Amino acid sequence: MNNSMNNSVNSGMTDGADKIAERKRGFSIDLKYIPAIAAILLFFVAYGIGGLLYGDRGFLRLRTFTSIFTDNAYLGVSAVGMTLVIVSGGIDLSVGSVAALSTMLIAYCTEELGMNSSLILCAALAVGSFLGFLMGVLIEKLSVPPFISTLIGMFLARGLCFIISIQSITINDTFLRALGKWKIKLPQNSYINLSVILFAVMLVVGVVVMRYTRFGRGVYAFGGNRQSAKLMGLPTARIQIGIYTFSGFCSALSGVLFAFYTFSGYGRHLYGMEMDVISSVVIGGTLLSGGVGYPLGSLFGIMIYSIILKFISFNGTLSSWWTKIAVGVLLLFFIVMQRFIVYVAGRKRGRT
Amino acid sequence: MSIDAKDAKNPKDTKRGIKPASSKIFSPLLALFAILLFNIFLNPGFLSITIVNGHLYGQLIDILNRAVPVMILATGMTLVIATAGTDLSCGALLALSGALAVSLIRGDSTVLNADTAMPFAAVILISLVVTSLCGLWNGFLVAKLGIQPIVATLIFMTAGRGIAQLITGARNLTTSYEPFSVIGQGWFLGLPVPLFIAAGVFLAVWYFARRTAFGLFVEAVGVNASAARYSGINSSLVIMVVYTISGFCAGVAGLIYASNIMCADATNAGLNYELDAILAVVLGGTSMMGGRFYLGGTVIGALIIMALTKSIYAFDVAPESALVVKAFVVVFVVMIQSPLYRSLRESLRSRKRKPGSVRESVG
Repeated sequence: MNNSMNNSVNSGMTDGADKIAERKRGFSIDLKYIPAIAAILLFFVAYGIGGLLYGDRGFLRLRTFTSIFTDNAYLGVSAVGMTLVIVSGGIDLSVGSVAALSTMLIAYCTEELGMNSSLILCAALAVGSFLGFLMGVLIEKLSVPPFISTLIGMFLARGLCFIISIQSITINDTFLRALGKWKIKLPQNSYINLSVILFAVMLVVGVVVMRYTRFGRGVYAFGGNRQSAKLMGLPTARIQIGIYTFSGFCSALSGVLFAFYTFSGYGRHLYGMEMDVISSVVIGGTLLSGGVGYPLGSLFGIMIYSIILKFISFNGTLSSWWTKIAVGVLLLFFIVMQRFIVYVAGRKRGRT
Repeated sequence: MSIDAKDAKNPKDTKRGIKPASSKIFSPLLALFAILLFNIFLNPGFLSITIVNGHLYGQLIDILNRAVPVMILATGMTLVIATAGTDLSCGALLALSGALAVSLIRGDSTVLNADTAMPFAAVILISLVVTSLCGLWNGFLVAKLGIQPIVATLIFMTAGRGIAQLITGARNLTTSYEPFSVIGQGWFLGLPVPLFIAAGVFLAVWYFARRTAFGLFVEAVGVNASAARYSGINSSLVIMVVYTISGFCAGVAGLIYASNIMCADATNAGLNYELDAILAVVLGGTSMMGGRFYLGGTVIGALIIMALTKSIYAFDVAPESALVVKAFVVVFVVMIQSPLYRSLRESLRSRKRKPGSVRESVG
C-alpha cells in the first residue's frame, strides 16, 4: 500500500512539475540551463583561442582533442558521482582518497599478494562503494553533516592506503597492463583508450539515472527541498545513502582508471583531487545549493579544466600554479553568474 | 494539572539552558584526557617537563606548540562556523601570508619588486592586512552576493595557493632574518613564543565575542540570518567581520608557520589545515549548522587532534596511518554529539523517571 501511495505521489509530483515547466517555458525555462550552456560556450571559445594562439604547434590536432579525455577520464568519472552528491545538496570530500585507496588495493593485491587481477578490480569497486555507503549511513542515521562525514571517509581511506603500504607499487600484472594499454586508433596518431570508454559509459549512466529514473528525480527533489521531499513520501533515507554509495563507486572506478593511467598504486596519489572535481562540477553549472545540475554540464566542466592544463603545457613558459589561479578566477566567474541567474529567476517568479 | 506539568518542566528547561555549555565542553575534554592517559600509560615519561637553559621542554609543551597554527585557524573558524559558514581558504591564506612575509623580508620577490628590505613591522602588517582583505572578500561574496560559504571560500582555497606560489616563484624561499625567527621559535618566560601569540589571539577573539554583543549577533545570524536581520542586526556586516577575522587568524598562523621553518613553502604550508581547523571546531562542540559556539571547546578540539597525531607517532607506523585512528576518533566524538545518541540518552533517562509521572497524569 505504501508503495502504491508512493507511486501516486510521484506521478502527481511529475505532473505538477511538468505543468510548472510548461507555464514557465515562455520566459524562464532557459534560465536554469544558462550556467551549463555558458560552460559549453566557454569551452569552445577557449578551444578557439587556443587554436589561434597555438594552432601552429598542433593545438587543433585531433590528438590534442582526444588527450583532453584520455588524460582526465578519471576526473570525469568521479565528477559524475560528485554531480549527484552536489545536486542532492551535499558534498563529498573523500573522492581523492577513495580513488587512491583503489589504486593501492589493485597494486598491492596483484603485485604483493599475487591475486587474480580481475577479481581485485571488482573488489576495489566494492570497497569504494562500501565506504560511500558507510558515509551515507553516517549522514543519514547520525545526522553528521556531509562535510564532516566525508572528511572522516577521506581520512579513513587515505590512512588505509598507508597501512597497506607506504611505498609506491608499480603494477606489472600483464592483464592490467593490457587493459591500460588497449586503445582504439584514430587518424592523426590519436587514440581513445578504455578509460575514455568507461568515462562515456558512466556519463550515460549518470544522465539516464538523473533524468529517467525515480531515484534521479528523487535526488533533484531531495536537493531542492529536503523537507518537502520527505513530506511527499520520498524514501529520503534510501536516496541519501544511495547517492553516497554511487559516489563511492565512481571514486573507486576513477582510482581504477588512474591505475591504468599510471600503472602504480600509491597512498599519495590524487592528493587534493576532490577540489578539482568539485570545481569542475561547479563550473559545469551545478549549483552547490542543490537541486540543479547536469552530468553533461560536468563533462564540460572537466573539459574546461583540462583545456586550462593544455594552455599551460602549450605555452611552455607559464608555470603550473597559473592553473590554480585560472581555476579560481573561473570559479568566481561562474558562481557570480549562477547567483545572478538565481536572483533574476527569483525576481521574475515574484512578478508573476 | 496542565499548569503543574508546565511548572514542573520549566525549571528543568532553564537548567538545561545553562547546562549545554559545560556538557558540550565535557565530552571533548574527556576525549582529550583519555588520549593523554593512554599516552601516560604507554610512556611514563610523557608528563615530565625538563628545564634546559631556562626553557621548558617536554611532550606536553611540544603538543601545545605544534597545535598552535591549527588552534589559531580554528579560533577564527569557530566564529565562521557559528554563522553557519565554512572557511576553506584559511590553509591557502596561511601559505600566502608566509610567502608574503618571507619574500618581503628577502626583498627579492618575483612579483613585488621591493629591492630594499622593508621595516620588519611593515612586513608583518602587510602580511596580516593582505590575508584579512582576502577574508573580507570571502565575507563579501557570502554576505553581499549570497554565495554559499563552501564555494565562496573554495575560490581562495585554489587561487590563494596559486598566488602564494606566484609570489615565491614556486621556490622554497628561506630567510635567516633574526627578528622573524622569534615569532615561531622564540622563548618567553620559559615557554615558546607561539603559545603566547595563540593565547593572545584567543583572548582577543574571546573578549570581542563574549564581552561585547558581537558573539550574540554571530549566534543570532547562525541560527537564522533573516530573523536576525529583522530584529535589527546587520547580518551581512557580521558575516563580513567574521570572515575577516578568519583571514586575519590565517595570517597570524602563516607567520608562525613560516617563522618556524624560516622558509616560505607555498606548496605545502598549511596543506589540509582548513580541514583540521574545521574538525577542531566540530570536536569542540560547535555545530556546523551554526548557532551556539564554544571557543574553549575549539582549543580542546585542536589539542585532541595534535595529541592524537603525537601519540600515534609513538608507535612505529607511517605517520599517515594516523589518519585511520583520527577517522575513528572523529566518528566516536561525532556519535556522542549526534541527536540519535542524545535522544537515546534522554529516553533512557526519562524511562527511569517516567513510571511515576505517567501514572500521575493518568490519575
